[in-house]
Amino acid sequence: MAGAAERPLSPHLQIYRPMLTMMMSIVHRITGVALYFGTALLVIWLLAAASSGQAFSTVNGLYGSWLGLLVLVGYSWALIHHALGGIRHFIWDTGAGFGPGPRELFAKLTIGGSVALTVVMWVVIWLVKG
Amino acid sequence: MSVSPGSSMRTPRRRVAGLGSARSGTGHFWLQRLTAIGNLLLILIALPIVIAAAGQEQAQVVAIIGHPLVAIVLLLLLFSICFHMRIGMQVVIEDYVHTEGLKVLALIANTFFTIAVGSAGAFAVLKISFGG
Repeated sequence: MAGAAERPLSPHLQIYRPMLTMMMSIVHRITGVALYFGTALLVIWLLAAASSGQAFSTVNGLYGSWLGLLVLVGYSWALIHHALGGIRHFIWDTGAGFGPGPRELFAKLTIGGSVALTVVMWVVIWLVKG
Repeated sequence: MSVSPGSSMRTPRRRVAGLGSARSGTGHFWLQRLTAIGNLLLILIALPIVIAAAGQEQAQVVAIIGHPLVAIVLLLLLFSICFHMRIGMQVVIEDYVHTEGLKVLALIANTFFTIAVGSAGAFAVLKISFGG
């Protein structure tokens, strides 16, 4: 910006050794961006249901294909990861959990929890719906 | 009557009031958290319903989505999610797009995308609920 003072910039990513909590912050942002576009998948499904039987079976076929299911598994993991990350932020909002122990634990719980819940969800879907 | 820059009737405090970043930051933060709570609660209700409906024939899906309670949850979810999406993506754009023109274009596209996605989804749910 013209005329801006030459103030020192705060250190950014490239200056730090990669840490788990840093990675969780980045993944929270990436899953957020992915979910941003993922919402379109939900809306396409709703629009197809509102349009015609033919449109709906086309979308159903696409989402039910191997590639479609792969995207949906990724979508659900991103959703669960972002939701758990959000709960972590709510805990931090109260002022709690900033110490080295809790924040590392939150990071591990978010990763482990998101993978575990995604697997459980799809196993249940597979058992109930075949 | 000409007023030289140094002799304005306005105080230095008044001249900068409202120009700084402190004007809307708290509101932005609050809305992000508020919609996050909404998303969490509504997803917990909507996700099992969407999973139950997924893969079924159109008539059955329409019957599920068309139920007033389900339709209301889906409408609230779309509303909450699209608000959350807009302010979340706004922060991402402001962090990474530093070219002024490109940044403004991206922010406009962000607003258009989220409103379009939200409106399209709401239209679909309403059309189904009203029996169309």
